[in-house]
This record gives sequence, structure tokens and C-alpha cells, in this order.
Amino acid sequence: MFILREIVMVAMASIRANALRSGLTTLGIVIGTAAVITMVALGEGAQRQVQEQIENMGTNILTVRPGQGFFRGVASGSRRLEEDDALALRDQIGHVYEIAPEIESRYQVTYARSNSSNSIVGTWPSFFSLYNHELEHGRFFDEGEVQGRRRVAVLGSNVPDDLETPGGLLVGRTIQIRGIPFEVVGVLREKGGAMWMQPDDQIFIPLSTAMYRVMGGRDRLRSIYVAAPSPDELDPAWAEIDRVIRREHRILPTEEADFSIQQSSDILETFNETTQTFSLLLAGIAGVSLLVGGIGIMNIMLVSVTERTREIGVRKALGATRKTILFQFLVEALVLCVLGGILGVAGGFGAAELITRLYGSSTAVAAEAVAVALGFSAAIGLFFGIWPARRASILDPIDALRYE
Amino acid sequence: MRNRGRRGQNGSNSETNGVVIHTEGLRKYYILGAETVRAVRGVDLEVKRGEFVAIMGPSGSGKSTFMNLIGCLDTPTGGDYWLNGRKVSELSDDQLARVRNRDIGFVFQTFNLLPRATALHNVELPLIYAGMSSRERRKRAEEKLTLVGLADRMDHRPPELSGGQRQRVAIARALVNDPALLLADEPTGNLDSRTTMEIVEMLAALNQAGQTIVLVTHESDIAAWASRQIHLNDGLVERDFENEGKVN
Ligand SMILES: Nc1ncnc2c1ncn2[C@@H]1O[C@H](COP(=O)(O)OP(=O)(O)OP(=O)(O)O)[C@@H](O)[C@H]1O
Ligand SMILES: [Mg+2]
Repeated sequence: MFILREIVMVAMASIRANALRSGLTTLGIVIGTAAVITMVALGEGAQRQVQEQIENMGTNILTVRPGQGFFRGVASGSRRLEEDDALALRDQIGHVYEIAPEIESRYQVTYARSNSSNSIVGTWPSFFSLYNHELEHGRFFDEGEVQGRRRVAVLGSNVPDDLETPGGLLVGRTIQIRGIPFEVVGVLREKGGAMWMQPDDQIFIPLSTAMYRVMGGRDRLRSIYVAAPSPDELDPAWAEIDRVIRREHRILPTEEADFSIQQSSDILETFNETTQTFSLLLAGIAGVSLLVGGIGIMNIMLVSVTERTREIGVRKALGATRKTILFQFLVEALVLCVLGGILGVAGGFGAAELITRLYGSSTAVAAEAVAVALGFSAAIGLFFGIWPARRASILDPIDALRYE
Repeated sequence: MRNRGRRGQNGSNSETNGVVIHTEGLRKYYILGAETVRAVRGVDLEVKRGEFVAIMGPSGSGKSTFMNLIGCLDTPTGGDYWLNGRKVSELSDDQLARVRNRDIGFVFQTFNLLPRATALHNVELPLIYAGMSSRERRKRAEEKLTLVGLADRMDHRPPELSGGQRQRVAIARALVNDPALLLADEPTGNLDSRTTMEIVEMLAALNQAGQTIVLVTHESDIAAWASRQIHLNDGLVERDFENEGKVN
């Protein structure tokens, strides 16, 4: 309609005529929208990271740990988790599930003139297939090397960097772990970390070698990993593990176990929930700032209506209907808010990018967040614009004309 | 739609018999706390098409109030008002807006132009609210501005115009919809005597061309240009007579 053009033009002209005021008012919406976008991006990024970690850790893996509660550590008098437990598991349920025990400690590692401190993991070859590790160079160690307590090592993808030597050159060379020479047989492909697990920084050696040659006869395992064929089979796996280890430890089904079985992703999911709550809180705070921006819009629209009472009177005297006047002021509020929304979205993108660059925390600006922020700023324009616009529209023409 | 505005000028429909304004007991009371101001106390009036009516009376006699009522800017407390045979005293807000837009042109003492809009845009305003396309309304607005002698001031804004020029813009605006009725409340009240004469002569010429005009004035030499004079006093019609000594 032709009136619509006039309405939009009048709104734009009014905004332009009060450029500074309009700009400052819009700033509230800009900041609010930018805050919402940034906060949601931060939350989204954190969640995505957790999601990746869950996938990295394998969604079908159970972890058996010594001690009753996961967080309580080893309860006094309880039995430890030993290689025998892993062997029992392999004997009894190994035909369905993949089993890998793990012993871990941090030692000095040297090669040529470089040295670093790395987490050394003693395990079985099954560990690599259980976690879907792939090779960048060389090979994994094998069962025979475990039997023979051979001094062979497979390096995580970051370890060559720690030793300041390209991975390809390290294969076949000898490195020192705690002063003990080891032949590097393979270098893993990058895997990405997950909380406490940083396989890229670790060095993997045969379990027997670790226990008897490096760690001085230590036989206490950190954990035993059991992989079910699919995530759906975790429950039967859990029951089987429980049964086997209880028998090993001579614990009746009615007694409290001295070990715990955890789904690796459980912890991450808890963490995920925390992240979610936190990002919701942040978005809420950002939303409040958007709301405050909206109140600013309402305030300025009320001022605008009061200032332009005579103009409203003139327009009404010339035939503008209530609806026309209502729309005129609503469009003005809407333009301010949507303009602020667009600038805010741009600012939010920028802020998210900046945070990623400065702090390395991953962010993800979700398309939904942009749509929601824009929709929300438009809604704020409508919500906070409607009252001033209504006040303008119901003005009596003669009262408006007489207004001084 | 194109001819809508011409209805008033070219012989309205038969039932109105060329009567543009018809009021019966038109009243407007203002209630201020305990006190009631009876600004217009019951006016019966009929104005025919083509008349040039001057309304006179002392200050506070209710002239402006009456003009606002017949200009549909204000709603009466009581009584009835027919404009072109249509009873407007019972119309809704938006219907009144349409009547103001299409049937009435109002010229105010204080011009009431939009200060930030050009003369042309000011004149276009009623056409915008009538929903006319921009090319058509530009043509019409230019026509009316030329008619009032402002062809060379179309792109000027009101602050860049003299008082007389501003009032001529206002007259062009009032005329742009070809209203049945042109109302002017002391249109020369803020102008010097020379400019006053220009405006009055312009109104007289418009009336010569068939325009129905109701004009409020304090000055009898302006009223002398009208074909009829109505004297209000204390909200009532005191005298109502054909102007014998009409100037032209
Ligand atoms: N909005 C209002 N509220 C209260 N009283 C009003 C209002 N408008 C007008 N009046 C009163 O109504 C009476 C008529 O006023 P009106 O403006 O119609 O007079 P007028 O004849 O136009 O006077 P003037 O020649 O000075 O313009 C006056 O007593 C005035 O005080
Ligand atoms: Mg008056």
C-alpha cells in the first residue's frame, strides 16, 4: 500500500532526525542481542566440545575401576584391580567383548637431547582397537611383545613434538623412558582429548613391560576397559563384568562391590548438564540486558510520541486513522530494534570469534540463536513499541493539535 | 475513487439539495471539575453548496469550538450534524478520519504544517492517507501549489517560508482532496494586513470557482468578502444574515 511507504519513510525520517538519540537507544538492543548471541555461542561451543569428547571416548565402553565409588577412590581393605581380573574377563567374556587393562604413571622421557614428561600407559594391544586408534607411522605392539615383556612403545600423536623429532623419523629409534631404552614401533594418528584422557600426549607400552620393567613390580591397575559391540549392549556387559569380577574377588551378589563399573560418557554427561545449566544462566542474563534495552526503546518511543503530539494531531486532522498512527510508531520502534538486532548479531559473531581467538574456548554461533535473537529483538520492538504507539493512536485530534 | 472528492462541488445527490452543513441543536460542553463550560450551546445551521460564510463573534463565544465540530476534529456533547446529507455526529473515530480526509479541508490560524516536510510533501499528506499512488498525488499537489502561487517553493520547508507562504501551503493542502467544505479558523490571524488581503482574495476566488467556505474572523472588512455572516455570542447564533455589502 502507498500508506505503508509513507509510514516507513516517516519512521526512518524520525530516526534520522534524532540520530544520536536513536543510536544510543539502539545501543541497548545491540548490546543485548550481542550478549545473547555470544553467550549462546559459548554454551553451544562448550556443549559441542563435550559431545565430541563423548564420541572420542567411545559410547560403548565401560570402565572398571578399583574401589566402591568412582569419586571415593580405593576404599580401605578392598582388593585391588589386577591383571588377573582382566585375564578372567578375557577368558570368560572375551569372545563377546573387547578387554584392555591399563596401568599408568608419569615419567621422564628422553630422545637425543630433548626430554619431556609423559603419561606412560601399559596395556594390551586390544586397547588400540577398543579406542579405534589409528596409526600415523609404524605399527601397534602385539600380543607376543606383551608376553615377552618387550621394550617397545607406541607414541601418541603429540609425543614426537615433545621430543622435537618428526614422528616418521622416530619409528625404529630408541627413546628412554625413566632411563630405560624403548624402541618406537609406531606413532598414533591424532585423536583429540576428553577431559582426563589425553591419548595424544601418552606413550603406550605393553602391560607386562610396564609392570615389571618400568614400574617396579607394581600390579595395581588403574582400570580395565570393556567395549561392548554396540552401545545397546552396555547393560548385559555391565552384568557380565559384575558377575566375573565378583567371583574373582569372592564377593557375594548381596555384598557391596569393591570395584565400580562406569560408563565413560556418564561423567561427561554430568559435565554436559552442568554446561547446559551454566549456558542457560548466561543466556538468561544476556536476555535480561536485551529486556533492559527494550525498556529503553519504550522510553524513547514515549518521548517521541510526546514530542510529536502536534504532528500526530496534524496527521489525524488530515485523515490518518488510528491504525495508521499506531503503525507509524510501531514501525519506528521495530526499525530501531531490528536494526539493533542486526548490529547485535554482527557484534555477537565478532565477540564469539574474539573469545575463540583469545581464550581458545570453542564457540559456535548457532543459526537458531541468530534467528531467535533477531526475532526476539523484533518482538521487543513490538512489545515495548505497542504501548507508546497506542497512546499516540488514541490521541484526540483536537487535543493533539492544541498540545503545546 | 478518482471522483470521490468532487462530489461536494458538483451538485451533491438530490436528497441533500445542495446542503453541505446541517446542524440541529449542536452542543459542546467542557467539564472542568465542578464547572461546566458551555462553549457551544445548541446551534441550528444550514450552509448550502457554494456559500462563503464568515463566522464572527467576541473572543470566547465558541467560534473555534463550533468550527472544530463541523470540521469533525471534535465530537459534540449533543445535537446532530449532517455533512453532505450524511449524519457524522454518530460516526466512529476511523470513519471521522475518512470524512476529514475526503470531505473537509481545514486551514488553521497556526498553519499546522509539518516543519520537516517540504511544501510539496505537506500538501501530499491528505492524498497519502487517501491511499493515492505517488505519481498521481504529486501531480495533484503540484497543481494546488501552483494554484496558490507557490510553484517555485515546492521543495522548501515551512521554516524557509514566510507566514503568508506557509498559509498558502496550508490552503493548497486543504484543497488537495477537492473537499466539499473548506474551513478556515482565523487564517489571517498571524499575518500582516497586506498578506491578509492576498489570502482573503484567494479564498474569495476559490469561492467564485464554486468552493464552499466557512471562515472565522474577527475583522469585519474580511467578513465583508463573505456572502453571509453568522454572529455567535456565548455559544449561540446571535445574528445570521446575507451579506448585502459583499465586496465583489
Ligand atoms: N479544551 C477546552 N477545555 C475547556 N474549555 C474550553 C476548551 N476549549 C475551549 N474552551 C472554552 O470554550 C469557550 C469557547 O472557546 P472557543 O475557543 O470556541 O472561543 P472562540 O470564539 O474561538 O474565541 P477566540 O475568538 O478567542 O478564538 C471559551 O470559554 C473557552 O474557554
Ligand atoms: Mg478561536
